[in-house]
Amino acid sequence: MREVLILGGGTAGTMMVNKLSKALAPDKFNLTIVDKDETHYYQPGFLFIPFGIYKKEDVIKPKRKFFPKNVNVVVSEIDLIEPDKNSVKLSNGDVLSYDFLVIATGTEIRPDEIEGMTEELWYKSIFDFYTIDGALALENYLKKWDGGKLVLNIAEMPIKCPVAPLEFLFLADDYFKKIGIRDSVEIIFATPLDAAFTKPIAAAELGEFLDKKNINLVTEFNIGRVDNVEKKIVSWDEREVEFDLLVTIPTNMGIEAIERSGMGDELNFIPTNKHTLQSENWENIFVIGDATDLPSSKAGSVAHFESDILLENLISATKGEPLTARFDGHANCFIESGDGKGLLIDFNYETEPLPGKFPIPGIGPFSLLKETRMNHFGKVGFRWLYWNMLIKGRELPMESQMSMAGKYIPENQQKESKKLHL
Amino acid sequence: MSSESKQEKIVELDEDGHLANRDEWTKDLAQDFANLEEVGELTDRHWDVINYIRDEYDKKGDAPSIRKLTKESGVSTKELYKLFPKGPAKKAAKIAGLPKPKGCI
Repeated sequence: MREVLILGGGTAGTMMVNKLSKALAPDKFNLTIVDKDETHYYQPGFLFIPFGIYKKEDVIKPKRKFFPKNVNVVVSEIDLIEPDKNSVKLSNGDVLSYDFLVIATGTEIRPDEIEGMTEELWYKSIFDFYTIDGALALENYLKKWDGGKLVLNIAEMPIKCPVAPLEFLFLADDYFKKIGIRDSVEIIFATPLDAAFTKPIAAAELGEFLDKKNINLVTEFNIGRVDNVEKKIVSWDEREVEFDLLVTIPTNMGIEAIERSGMGDELNFIPTNKHTLQSENWENIFVIGDATDLPSSKAGSVAHFESDILLENLISATKGEPLTARFDGHANCFIESGDGKGLLIDFNYETEPLPGKFPIPGIGPFSLLKETRMNHFGKVGFRWLYWNMLIKGRELPMESQMSMAGKYIPENQQKESKKLHL
Repeated sequence: MSSESKQEKIVELDEDGHLANRDEWTKDLAQDFANLEEVGELTDRHWDVINYIRDEYDKKGDAPSIRKLTKESGVSTKELYKLFPKGPAKKAAKIAGLPKPKGCI
């Protein structure tokens, strides 16, 4: 028997365990999955909790419900991965050895990486919405809040789901309008980026949304510390933004076991071949989802597109064949824009989000980089798809590779180079 | 400025305004970019950073993030922002004749 071990049972790990249990012959392979938590969180739903749109029970289900019956499930933290010994030490004392390892340990928020972030004001006037606890605490706070300065800050890139901060702003604008206090709320978005988003064409479009919704944008703001007394965030170059309510997207890092095992980069993300998803350092280790250092978005859709590629390449590796499936960096994200509307973006390593129709060229029903009601329904419907299809590893009517069909490059946005006269 | 009259230079830039062709980079050009970016006269500490990121780029094919820079170059985050105000990773890359770091996704 050969051992295939999956570390992490979140979105990526759960998809992989389902796909692998179907693909690997049960008389030749033992499949084991390890996770510290018995609960599966529908993380895209966290965004809606502060505004009372989703409740806690809408975003949680037991993990076991999604694991196949013929798989060993171990509930424990990971202590240490020893890639040169092909074994993993767990915090519960178990030592698991493997022939092939799939690392799907994701990313965590690290507010403790920012000076002053987790002091007096933490969960009193400062909240995150990337954890269930943060999202629920923020919901409670907002219920009683009668207005003031709301500052949303991204600490540093990369972060999980780079569109979520924008969605939060759009939903906040909508929420304060609906409860009648928008005039008493100043909304400020302080970002380390030089624009509203990472990719230029989408940044221009989304920047206009911020203007239209009267949200102030502070760019190239790299937070150095939080001043808990004067309630302000201070950048490394000593610019200050005052807040009454600070919503932070803290530094995102891979789990500490990756650091302890000496397998990660400066953010504990694992160097991974961007096309084959094989670890750069160990041939029998594959990495998927947020745990990788790939130059793609950290998002469930990316993990989903990666899962087909990883499956194919892992099967090839078990047979000693070359890895031929190639990941193109494909991501596909609905962006909730408030008032029952949304946008959709579809992109990969090479192609930034462009306008057009998706998935059927010219028809849709979804419109790319354009605000429509249909896109909002796509986002809402996705929760059902996630629980019932996606993490169970069932086929979705979507290709892993991004397609240019149905997309166009706006004329005024064609890239051009310039000359500099000195 | 040196005593000899300054010659006109024309260099090709990429769509981010960084040097398009690395071979055209010189120390003088670095100073020109530094002036444009309002970084001012390049000191030895600036050069420590510039040399470090040029080495990193040769090894890894991308300019390092601020976090990596401060961890490995011996320059603290505070000092880095003093040397290259606002966006140190981006500004230092531009002055070093490298493309805009891909780090931001």
